Amino acid sequence: MISIQHISKKYKGADNYSVLDLDLHIAEREIFGLLGPNGAGKTTLISMLCALIKPTSGTFSIDGLTYKENKRKLKQLIGIVPQEYALYPSLTAFENLQYFGSMYGLKGKELHDKITNFLEHLGLGKFANKRIETFSGGMKRRVNLIASILHEPKVLFLDEPTVGVDVQSKNVIIQFLQELNAKGTTIIYTSHHLNEAENFCTKVAIIDHGKIIVEGEPAHLIHTNEGAHSLEDVFLSLTGKALRDHA
Amino acid sequence: MHKLWASTYKEFLLLIRDMGGVAILFVMPLVLIITITLIQDSTFQTVKDIKIPILIVDKDHGDVAKTMLEGLEDSNSFEVIEKQTEEEAKNLVSKGEYQLAVIIPEKLTEDLHQKISNNVDGIMAKVMGEEADSLPKPDVENKEVKLYFDPATQQSFKSSVKNGIDKMISKIETQSIYKAFQEQISDNPEEAIFETENFITFTEILPKIEGRDVLPNSVQHNVPAWTLFAIFFIIVPLSINMVKEKSQGTFVRLRTNPVSYATVLGGKTILYLLVCLIQFVLMLLVGVYVFPAMGLPALDVSGRLPLLFVVALFSGLAAIGLGLLLGTLAKTQEQSAPFGATFVVILAAVGGVWVPVFIMPKFMQVLSNISPMNWGLNAFYDVFLRQASLMDIVPEITLLFIFFILTTIIAIVYNEKKNAV
Repeated sequence: MISIQHISKKYKGADNYSVLDLDLHIAEREIFGLLGPNGAGKTTLISMLCALIKPTSGTFSIDGLTYKENKRKLKQLIGIVPQEYALYPSLTAFENLQYFGSMYGLKGKELHDKITNFLEHLGLGKFANKRIETFSGGMKRRVNLIASILHEPKVLFLDEPTVGVDVQSKNVIIQFLQELNAKGTTIIYTSHHLNEAENFCTKVAIIDHGKIIVEGEPAHLIHTNEGAHSLEDVFLSLTGKALRDHA
Repeated sequence: MHKLWASTYKEFLLLIRDMGGVAILFVMPLVLIITITLIQDSTFQTVKDIKIPILIVDKDHGDVAKTMLEGLEDSNSFEVIEKQTEEEAKNLVSKGEYQLAVIIPEKLTEDLHQKISNNVDGIMAKVMGEEADSLPKPDVENKEVKLYFDPATQQSFKSSVKNGIDKMISKIETQSIYKAFQEQISDNPEEAIFETENFITFTEILPKIEGRDVLPNSVQHNVPAWTLFAIFFIIVPLSINMVKEKSQGTFVRLRTNPVSYATVLGGKTILYLLVCLIQFVLMLLVGVYVFPAMGLPALDVSGRLPLLFVVALFSGLAAIGLGLLLGTLAKTQEQSAPFGATFVVILAAVGGVWVPVFIMPKFMQVLSNISPMNWGLNAFYDVFLRQASLMDIVPEITLLFIFFILTTIIAIVYNEKKNAV
């Protein structure tokens, strides 16, 4: 589904590469977790895959397509749930979704029904006509998610989709993503919540300093790491306990 | 097309959700145009109807000084206040209590008569074939009328006063010459030998519409200039709107959507062009209906409305092009808002909104030719004051349209290049 070959990214003025010579293959219908400490290169990698930034070197394809040759088609194929809310605060949830749905070519009854169904499904039906600026963090996260899946993408990228939300919202979001995956959507997801990733992902890769240091099914990684009882143990043993503050 | 309309509708919703912003967008240009017209019109009225007090120090006490004093008083522009000494007058003017002091030198009348008498005697002797008078004529030094201006006085006022006094002195000199000849030729001082009135006079021929004179007033001059200024101010809210999208993250989402940047900009162009045209209509309404109620001359738009809308449309497009470019280049509101506002003021200054282009230095005149505000202003003046047809304004509106296309293309190319993948 996603094939990445020797991809690297060095930002202008930076001393080090954010992503360095990374190879990765993600199969169709996978829920793939990209895990790593702050500044490991997770968001940079997702941003490259979503055509937000240009790789310094290397290539990748999604469903056999590249941005150079099939930009418009590829954008129709993917959805991205960015870390920020990426919604217009003064517009209602419905108006936001109507606009972003229109950008994927959806219109009329089809768009209206999809918005209504998804809002209902994620517990936001009665808030459809409320402005986003009045929503809680969890509600915004759910609208943010709907805005990215209205066009039913084959691949969904999620950058920290549950950060800053309450347990109930997190639960609804994860459950919804599992339903999407069951319907055939490949999910690539970054998170700092390792317990969540352990339960949610079918496969994970731990990235540090722009490189993949380990990749596999969560259970397998725990089993093969001596003394590890959870994904968090594996993570700490591989990336260390030193703080990763950066500016 | 569906994406373009969706974008336009979204911009509309964003605009109306900020009612304070909408009010500012529509009310402030009206406040601007009313304030500026009131100030300029009242300044004009002041110069016309109210007398400016000026100081005179008469060291001459002769006919010439008397004529000058009468001339200044009769001009209806000045209230003449006599002072005894030059020092006193100079101090009052330098303190800013008076705009001007005129110092008439000693023996001005006597010396002027002497000088003219010398010249006339010489001429008469030549004409009569006589030898010039063998008696030596007394030497007469040139005289100087001194003018002291308050340092804060504007150059235009100084020039106008200097021209007026210069004209008055020339007239006194000419009349004195005539008088001297008269005394030489005729024994009867009442006999009219010379016609002393000006032979050459001038009449201002005003443009006519259907046989009636069209007299441009301060409103006809102000409304187009400040309307254009207000239209160009659209670049501030437009660029802020674009920068906000970047900071909110919605722009990032749009970049991942299968929609072109041109479509996104198209939605903004349509909505903000509509805003420009509504602003324009409101300003015309103020000119036509509100100004007369405030004692100002009414704006005359009769027979010109279609062309005025054409100019407003293209001016709006040029302003929007600039706003789109600024919004694309700027990263923060702190960059876009001050730059946008200052840049509009610069464009207005260079474009001739404040000072007519023809009195600018040569370099600025050349620069003015590349200011979109100058093209817009000329097109408005063509329609408002020069009775122009559509063909007459084609050059200006073409330039405005090219400017819009060019700035929009630069914005799109810059965005594509910056975000190329």
